[in-house]
Amino acid sequence: MERSPISRRTLLSLTAAAGAGAALAACGSSGPGGGGSSDAKGGTASYWFLTGQPGEGIRQAAAERFNKANPDNKLQFTAFENDAYKQKIKTAIGAGQAPTLIWGWGGGGLKSYVDAGQVEDLTGWFGENAAVKDRLFPSSFGPATVGGKIYAMPCETVQPIVLYYNKKVFAQAGAQPPQSFEDMMALIPTFKKAGVTPFSLAGKARWTNMMWLEFLLDRIGGPEVFQSVFEGEKDAWSDPAVLDMLTKIQTMVQAGAFGKGFSSVDAADNADQALLYTGKAAMMLHGGWTYGSMKKDGGDFVSGGNLGWMNFPPVAGGKGDPTDTVGNPGQYLAISSKATAEQKATAKKFFTSGVLDADETKAWINDGGSVPVVKGTEAVLAASPDAAFLKYVYDTSVNAKVFAQSWDQALSPTAAEALLDNIAKLFQMDVTPQQWVTNMNQVIGK
Amino acid sequence: MSWMVLPALAVFVAFGIIPLLGALGLSFTQWDGIGDIHPAGLDSWRAALGDSELYHALGVTFLVMALSWLFQTPISLLIGVFLASHKRYRGLLAVLFFIPLLLSSAAIAITYGALLNPNFGLGAGLNIPLLNQDWLGQSNLAVCTVVFVVSWQFIPFHSLIYQGAVRQIPRSMFEAAEIDGAGRASAFFRITLPQLKYTIITSSTLMVVGSLTFFDLIFVLTSGGPGDATRVLALEMYQTGFKANLMGPASVIAVILVLVGLGLALLLRRIGGGSASDSQMEGA
Repeated sequence: MERSPISRRTLLSLTAAAGAGAALAACGSSGPGGGGSSDAKGGTASYWFLTGQPGEGIRQAAAERFNKANPDNKLQFTAFENDAYKQKIKTAIGAGQAPTLIWGWGGGGLKSYVDAGQVEDLTGWFGENAAVKDRLFPSSFGPATVGGKIYAMPCETVQPIVLYYNKKVFAQAGAQPPQSFEDMMALIPTFKKAGVTPFSLAGKARWTNMMWLEFLLDRIGGPEVFQSVFEGEKDAWSDPAVLDMLTKIQTMVQAGAFGKGFSSVDAADNADQALLYTGKAAMMLHGGWTYGSMKKDGGDFVSGGNLGWMNFPPVAGGKGDPTDTVGNPGQYLAISSKATAEQKATAKKFFTSGVLDADETKAWINDGGSVPVVKGTEAVLAASPDAAFLKYVYDTSVNAKVFAQSWDQALSPTAAEALLDNIAKLFQMDVTPQQWVTNMNQVIGK
Repeated sequence: MSWMVLPALAVFVAFGIIPLLGALGLSFTQWDGIGDIHPAGLDSWRAALGDSELYHALGVTFLVMALSWLFQTPISLLIGVFLASHKRYRGLLAVLFFIPLLLSSAAIAITYGALLNPNFGLGAGLNIPLLNQDWLGQSNLAVCTVVFVVSWQFIPFHSLIYQGAVRQIPRSMFEAAEIDGAGRASAFFRITLPQLKYTIITSSTLMVVGSLTFFDLIFVLTSGGPGDATRVLALEMYQTGFKANLMGPASVIAVILVLVGLGLALLLRRIGGGSASDSQMEGA
């Protein structure tokens, strides 16, 4: 049999190669930023935000409402999982492919975008649109401000970190909620004897461990200690309060406060919350946003009144004010400086008429179990089925003498990574408190 | 027929050589991945080589490499030899053994993560104390667990290589051995093993070089934790570059990865003696 010069196999492989080439070319042309400008009209602004209910649904509904009201200036939104988003947004901004609206946590991350000239200075715009600024919590503007200028619009909710406890487990063990750090230490053997993990902790995520350091350092040494780290003061971690705090953490780890295997528990799948609502753990130090997810996942745990909450108790002889709190004073929307003028106009229109409109505000309160960063919501908060918790969050946020931003968000990404790395090693007993201080002093101001 | 190499070469240059040169170039700069790239001479090299984490990550990488080689080679060799003989049910068994390789690393990592979960996993669920260990929470145990899961995924692949190689050994050799009165064991050690020498080298090269770049499964399973117990070089590179925003030092680690990989591949060929691609088989 004679073979034709071009066999069928060659043809097949050629078509396959052409297909692959076309696919690659398609990947190249439809970049995320390009998606906003090339599709449809020039005023379409791209907007990326986080997945995870209830927040995802609320964000999506707000964007859809805006699109319905503004058919000529639409938002094109895409949702990403938390950890994936943190990497993707950085890469996209570095590649000049940022979405028009850059969702984030403010602080050190925002500063790195500002330093690179990638986000718009909104100081002037807020000056002209004082009404937009004045309806939000003033404290929420802290992490949006870099070098005295505002680079982002605070949005969504205020999220202090809360000490949660399972009332049923406390009743079974005949224990009382702790009034001091010393009480917390005394409760460790009580719950261990009852076969319950004293404190649920998702150590794999690392920032979860950090919340313990944030509160303990504040209660022992006051907010000034971290403030001087934040300001880049040389050897700021050498404060004796830091050493005291680190030693207390390792004492807790050794006493089994966080239970067996805490360092492989992941916060991404909410396993730490599951420990609390299934009664396998007695207490949990976690962000205010976990109230909403425990309500959703925990059966009748929250609705049945079994969830208790309080601010982190004081440490005997400590300098910190027990009303101080730590967490996220808000979430933030910045505008990419690479966006077109029309896209920027759409984004600003979203700031004025879309962000935290009446419906979104209500949704965050009633579905999200959170307090939006808008003033004058007391009536809606009081009418909510979660009024007790919301009032607590509102009062804590408003009355806190100092509402500090989470350390990993406040610091630069380089310093934050070193911090999280050393915190993980501290909990794993891989470093001594003294080594920890030495390691961390090296990255101050970086 | 040398033009046939062109498509492969083009892909290799586009996705292998050019990024490699890019990484080499970046290793002499300072860049946070967001702003402008500044030339920085040898600063990044000094920073990366002066960081004790690099040497720790190298140590973990070599440990994982050695342990997974020691664990995978004997098992895949035996499974390969077992599957190579033409007996009943072996076709079916071969399919079953092959399943792990069909799953994505991320899926395997998530599944094992759930099974080994200290609070809601297999041990806690079935209340079997032996299984109820802190598999991923204790430094040494976590390294062993990672090696086990990696091996579980890749043993089928290496078994397949060995199965093919065993089937290539001429039957006449075994028949001659039988006539000479050799038992099963001595036929295995005197005929099968020596005939598989080059297959062992190929499989080992794949294992060793593969474990250098191993990333996805460990990233999902432990994220390099607890602490930095399972942080291999590829993970260290990722954390330096994409979490700490230090692209310069991360590129240095990338260059080191390439150099170590090349060195190991060359070394393995050297150990094999001569050219490993020469056929040693009668008529094959």
